[in-house]
Amino acid sequence: MSPTGELANRLGPHRHGRLGSLFRFAALFGLAFILFAIVLLVFGKNPVKAYVDIFRSTLGSTYGFSEMLVKMIPLVLTAVAVAVPSRIWLINVGGEGQLYMGAMFATWGALTFSNLPAWVLLPLIFVLGFLGGGLWGSISGILRARGWVSETISTMLLNYVAILLVNFLVFGPWKDPESANYPQTADFVDAAILPAFGNTRVHLGLIFALASLILFHFVLSRTRWGLEMRAIGGNPEAARRNGIPIARYIVLLLFIGGGIAGVAGMSEVSAIQGRLRPSLSPGYGFAGFLISWMAGGDPLGIVAAAFLLAIITASGDILQMAQGLPGSVVNILMALILFVALARHGRKAGRK
Amino acid sequence: MGSVHAGTPLLYATLGELMEERAGIVNLGLEGVMLMGAVVGFGTTVQTGSAAMGLLAGALAGGLFNMLFGFLVITCRANQLASGLALMFCGVGLSALLGVSYIGSRIEGLKEIPLPVLSNLPIVGPILFNYDILVYLAIPMAFLVWWVLFSTRWGLSLRAVGENPTAAFAAGQNPHVLQFQALWIAGLLGGIAGAHLSVGLAKTWAEWMTAGRGFIAVALVIFSKWHPLRAIIGALLFGGAIALQLQMQAWGVPISPFILDMLPYILSLAVLAVWGGARRYAAPASLGRVFQGTE
Repeated sequence: MSPTGELANRLGPHRHGRLGSLFRFAALFGLAFILFAIVLLVFGKNPVKAYVDIFRSTLGSTYGFSEMLVKMIPLVLTAVAVAVPSRIWLINVGGEGQLYMGAMFATWGALTFSNLPAWVLLPLIFVLGFLGGGLWGSISGILRARGWVSETISTMLLNYVAILLVNFLVFGPWKDPESANYPQTADFVDAAILPAFGNTRVHLGLIFALASLILFHFVLSRTRWGLEMRAIGGNPEAARRNGIPIARYIVLLLFIGGGIAGVAGMSEVSAIQGRLRPSLSPGYGFAGFLISWMAGGDPLGIVAAAFLLAIITASGDILQMAQGLPGSVVNILMALILFVALARHGRKAGRK
Repeated sequence: MGSVHAGTPLLYATLGELMEERAGIVNLGLEGVMLMGAVVGFGTTVQTGSAAMGLLAGALAGGLFNMLFGFLVITCRANQLASGLALMFCGVGLSALLGVSYIGSRIEGLKEIPLPVLSNLPIVGPILFNYDILVYLAIPMAFLVWWVLFSTRWGLSLRAVGENPTAAFAAGQNPHVLQFQALWIAGLLGGIAGAHLSVGLAKTWAEWMTAGRGFIAVALVIFSKWHPLRAIIGALLFGGAIALQLQMQAWGVPISPFILDMLPYILSLAVLAVWGGARRYAAPASLGRVFQGTE
């Protein structure tokens, strides 16, 4: 297979003008929605009512929309966490673990330095969150750069170590003695809670998510680093002979990617939970991988895909209440959308 | 004893995943396959009252569900990692939907079969010889997979496809057919693993009851360096960690179960790092790549 074929295959959906691809995407999602409607019909539920519920609960009111935005924040951040290393073909399936490590480091900071004022404490836990996720990611980076373990395998294994580590702390040394039997840390002080906009739960993490997208785009297209990354991505051997330090890039990009996922963990624990709990994330890290894949690492595509998946994840509760369906049914809709996108993209790459 | 119990579904799932990976396909959706096996197996047992029927239905459900994965990654040549994760999400949702009316149902489940004479031995008797049929068959199954992969013509072809599909194609094999066959068997094994959890061990259905075991199985394949017999050790070790955790809680030992749970993952990573140089010889060379045909 030609190298360009391989490249195109891994890059994700090709872009033939935004409007055309937008239309095609709409048609694809339509197909997924029809398939999900059939599933609902088979189980004796009214699909029209389900869709009305899904969209009314997320897009039909300011509150619903804000809740959808809340879900979008970690999804965008974990997607960027995957997209950054994917520029040089590193596959980071460890967003979930990096998110947990970020939350863990941030929690440590928030509980240890709780007497600091907010303008010191918030930047501190931001940095700690980034560091936590970043260090976790760079473990995989070092293992890969040395040629010991592939980053796909190590990031996946480290997910569980991170989640278990948080469980250990929350059930053990960090457990709040006043919280009776709930496995959770003490509440964060007000100074350690990211401010939210207005009366909503939409928090400062939205800015982080947008900033990460813009920075990602800018660095990639406008800087020397972006050029070198593209060189490594295009032809690692040629890049190496031109003196680009590939090993350093591997560690660095997994550090940055992990760090961005860590920021997602930091903002979740600080703004949404207000304390560290084992059930910090319903799989944002995995969903982020799929979003980044669907978008082919394209910043605008990430926003679009995260928007769609956020609508779906946010509407689980309403389906449970209104239709008596288990909340995780929305996972089927999400999977169907992915199946359709995956099948189409794979076929296209295969056709050449 | 608990190690054997917890290790059995892991071993079946691991053998399935190993079969797929030997054919060059990584399936991160094993979790979903197991869940489908678990829910269909349990539901069938409730409806028919027969645990054997439940296991059969669970295995078939896993096999069929894995065909969906095969359609994506083989027929449509979709990205394997992303397809696997999507399959997992699909399995989580679909099994929840299918199982909603079975929550709280009770079944007799798979019965233990104490081996005559042997199970009456002091101490070792009840530890080694008082299990359900699937436990007894687990280790022979590993040997069977080993034999099939390394001593039959079909196994040789399958491994050839996993190493270099183009060469296998040139040698007259059809990589897609072989991969579909491997996926079907892997699905059956994954379905059995799930059904064993719900019908044999828990004897109940709960949403997402596999609790990450599908991913553990993927890690176990790596730990065993893609060899079925090493998978036995791996499954006992991973299962042992789960069992030890339960046991320690019962004893009230002040070591956190979560630290114990971490061990298998760290061990896998350490095993890989130490054997790092040899890794590329251990993993099927074409793992995760897409066979594009030979146009």
